Amino acid sequence: MNRTPLYAAHQALGARFVDFGGWEMPVQYTSILDEHQAVRQRAGLFDVSHMGEIELRGPQAVAAAQELTVNDLGRLHDGQAQYSLLCRPTGGVVDDIIVHRVSSERVLLCVNASNTEKDFAWIAEHHNGAEVINRSAEFSLLALQGPRATEILTGLTSLRLSQIAPFAFAEGKIGGRQALVAHTGYTGEDGWEIYCAPGDARTLWDALLEAGQRFDIRPAGLGARDTLRLERALPLYGHELTDETTPLEAGLSWVVRFTKPSFIGRAALLRQRERGLTRCLVGLAMTAPGIPRQGYTVVHDAVVVGAVTSGTKSPTLGKAIGLGYVASTLGAVGTQLGIDIRGRVIGAEVVKLPFYKREC
Amino acid sequence: MEFPEDLKYSKQHEWVLVEGGVATVGITDYAQDQLGDIVFVELPAVGDKVSKEDAFGVVESVKAVSDIYAPVSGKVVEVNDDLPENPEMLNEDSYGDGWIIKIEMNDLDELQDLMTAAEYEEYVAEEKE
Repeated sequence: MNRTPLYAAHQALGARFVDFGGWEMPVQYTSILDEHQAVRQRAGLFDVSHMGEIELRGPQAVAAAQELTVNDLGRLHDGQAQYSLLCRPTGGVVDDIIVHRVSSERVLLCVNASNTEKDFAWIAEHHNGAEVINRSAEFSLLALQGPRATEILTGLTSLRLSQIAPFAFAEGKIGGRQALVAHTGYTGEDGWEIYCAPGDARTLWDALLEAGQRFDIRPAGLGARDTLRLERALPLYGHELTDETTPLEAGLSWVVRFTKPSFIGRAALLRQRERGLTRCLVGLAMTAPGIPRQGYTVVHDAVVVGAVTSGTKSPTLGKAIGLGYVASTLGAVGTQLGIDIRGRVIGAEVVKLPFYKREC
Repeated sequence: MEFPEDLKYSKQHEWVLVEGGVATVGITDYAQDQLGDIVFVELPAVGDKVSKEDAFGVVESVKAVSDIYAPVSGKVVEVNDDLPENPEMLNEDSYGDGWIIKIEMNDLDELQDLMTAAEYEEYVAEEKE
């Protein structure tokens, strides 16, 4: 099992660990609800060093990334990032990623931990003349998230954070250590993701927790990360996204730029768009007691019409919510469905996504 | 971690308080700690029959679903009706207000299979390793 450089720090904080994609990661320190609330109301600090980093380098870097991903890098300047997807020729999703344009000859992809090797092999196979480097071991990644995140980080850096727009990034010093600071996150709150050398991770972790003390910051584990992303309806690979689901089915058509003349999966996705979807991802809210969970079937008129991909009791909303795929004829908001929970069909309703969106 | 002396304990981390022929059942302090924040419970109805080591209900934390197992066989004579509205009582007072059901036992010999507080404490210590 892999461990991040912060394993000892998590242990000292009383973390409970879980196996996540081959990594022994903190799932919670005190309580998922407590950590969730800290991120929504104040600030939380996550160790997400298990995430992979793959770089495309050389004169062909941007062109190769254009062919490999469904979003349009033509919209990016140096120092800007975008959410994107690696797709197969079938349109199935290899992974969902963040694409950072460092320069015209350097594109850094942040990928899911459990997919790092699969992605690397896929990208290396479709390199289009770019050099492909798996840099995962060179980076630790800390996510500082919550309404107080910017205030906390400001005190530790000479970078002018107000100049770094959402989805932009910059390189500079944090607490005296070199880091790449991206205005990104996976919680639905404002926040920053800090890429640093593994040897600097502990120093930065401690400095951020100390700087955050006056805002009652919490170290937060993967448990809270999951409930936070689910409320914001951000997909999780292996749940909402797989090699067998397409971005259009997953409600990510805004990511797919058909205006790009060529990218892997374009033809299949275009065909799917023209023919129409047979299934789609929807938000589900329970109308009777019960919590939807991954794998539970969705029922309509005693017929199975889909399955839940993620579910929990939303800490912010206080009600049971889930994401799931249903027949596209049943995807309209307000549609009454049932979820088979341990052999009993419990009422649920299709609701608008996201479940939670922060006030700007 | 608490292990009250007056209770008996099952390997599935339920506690039992015996009063005459009736067993009050709940989950242990260790169980609630392992589960984390409990947000949902599903309980049997009064009159339901339960069998030793069979699941009679469900507790759900934010992350996971877990069965609750009957430590003894018998008939459910009372359920804690406050729990569905206040599942956090299982975290806050697992040996008190967080009790789950009362079972009218039909075989008192089954109590012999349960652990004492000291035995259960040792059992938990081994499980943690």
